[in-house]
Amino acid sequence: MSISIETTRDANAGTDAAVAVLIPRTSTQEKVLRIVVPIVTVLIVVALWQGIVIANHIPKYILPGPWDVALSFSTDWPILLPALWVTLQITFGALFVALIGGVAMAVILVQSRWIELAVYPLTVILQVTPIVAIAPLLLIYAPNTPTALLICAFLVAFFPILSNMVQGLKSVDHNLLNLFDLYGASRWQQLIYLKLPAAQPYFMGGLRIGGGLALIAAVVAEFAAGSSGAGSGLAFRLLEAQYRLNIPRLFAALLLLSATGVAIFGLTSFISWLALRHWHESAIRREN
Amino acid sequence: MTEASLIDSTTKSPSATSTARPVVSMRHVSKVFSNGTLALSDMSLDVLRGEFISLLGPSGCGKSTALRIIAGLGAPSSGSIDWPSSRINSRGLPEGDIGFVFQEPTLMPWQTVFGNVYLPLRLRGVAKKAASSQIMETLAAVGLADFANAYPRELSGGMKMRVSIARALVTKPKLLLMDEPFAALDEITRQKLNDDVLQLWKNSGVTVIFVTHSVFESVYLSNRIVVMRARPGQVFTDMPVHTSQERDELYRASEEYRAGCFDVSKALQDAIHVGGGAH
Repeated sequence: MSISIETTRDANAGTDAAVAVLIPRTSTQEKVLRIVVPIVTVLIVVALWQGIVIANHIPKYILPGPWDVALSFSTDWPILLPALWVTLQITFGALFVALIGGVAMAVILVQSRWIELAVYPLTVILQVTPIVAIAPLLLIYAPNTPTALLICAFLVAFFPILSNMVQGLKSVDHNLLNLFDLYGASRWQQLIYLKLPAAQPYFMGGLRIGGGLALIAAVVAEFAAGSSGAGSGLAFRLLEAQYRLNIPRLFAALLLLSATGVAIFGLTSFISWLALRHWHESAIRREN
Repeated sequence: MTEASLIDSTTKSPSATSTARPVVSMRHVSKVFSNGTLALSDMSLDVLRGEFISLLGPSGCGKSTALRIIAGLGAPSSGSIDWPSSRINSRGLPEGDIGFVFQEPTLMPWQTVFGNVYLPLRLRGVAKKAASSQIMETLAAVGLADFANAYPRELSGGMKMRVSIARALVTKPKLLLMDEPFAALDEITRQKLNDDVLQLWKNSGVTVIFVTHSVFESVYLSNRIVVMRARPGQVFTDMPVHTSQERDELYRASEEYRAGCFDVSKALQDAIHVGGGAH
């Protein structure tokens, strides 16, 4: 095809002229504000907290001030850090297995209506049964406590990823499906080049929900398991601190859990942004 | 199609106007949808090499259905589609001979312009490197060479449509099927794309079947207009469009164009009247 039409560049190209959309830049001032404002807010809350504790002479076994919590971090880190490591392992292990399992299961489910009819109710039952109620059973059947915790966290994180992914795989533009048919694409090509990429935004939604839930489930499962000793995570340390009325340490463990949750949210949001930034509406900044 | 029907179609349709065998030939095609709607009834059409045919008709006349059946998207309920001058693959379609442009640009938003145009070749197993020059050539032909790395959302509606056309042309098809491709575009963009399509058609010698509901568009573009009627969807009249001049801005203002539009409008009115539809 050695033909060419002079378009887009000449002056009379009309409304169809090439208009590259410029990505809006964030001004430096806004960048600074974005960092400064949240930090200042948190500092104010911490200062208020300390002020209330001092002004009302609240004993630290009822409400420790931020300073007491900081002290607790510095003295108790040999206990808290290994516990954090255990919780992280369970959370990310469960999330990882749930991602692989959820995506694989979704791909299998959308292959045929019969498979979906047969399997979907089971996954729903697993999802709606409260995790605390399953934990005691898992503790009996699983070879050891960490495995039981892992299974618990997996069961919770699995479902949002699965259901989002099924939705995503089914939401492919019908005309694009027609186009693939027209060019004689195999099922495999259709999956790799069309369905999986089209499902990305849904997958990312599932990832963010699943990431948060995996942490929650890891904590809840550990509460239910009540495991103790060397292999115990933050949830057990939290309970233990409560029994001992070591409230500063309880707060320290709680803060570590929050920080973990925030980090997971940040990480999954970042991954989502990386994957969708060029093309999906959710990742694109608007000018108006 | 089978060997028998292939021979059958060539003997049965001598195509008095031309000695060339049709590119595609619809024989008594009917289509009943699963909800019982009779979309097409006994439609026959021979499309000759190099023609620019417009399928024109009121909504519900089955023009898009006919186009999709030709493309192999949904089999006819009865009748046959023959490709007398193409090699047929296992799915009854001519191997790589069809390009299709939908009403929407139907681009993959996660792929760049280049990636979208690469798709038909990629599905055939052509390596990116080997396909690259062909893709860039096609993009240049639709005036988008500078936008190979842009994402669809960064383009205007008309430019997205050009990408869609480039994707349809990248396999160098014999037959280009266009399903109301410019219906959603503004008038100015539409005129521009009409001119571009005409030029592509002239330069590449591709055969075009163009579905539209615009009389003006069909008279401007095509050298043959097939007016269809609704309930049941059928060919109402088949009229050639002869022009003595280039199809350009002057033609658009000419008496010849006006007269052509008048005749086709009249035929369309009759078709609507016969179909009993008030559209």
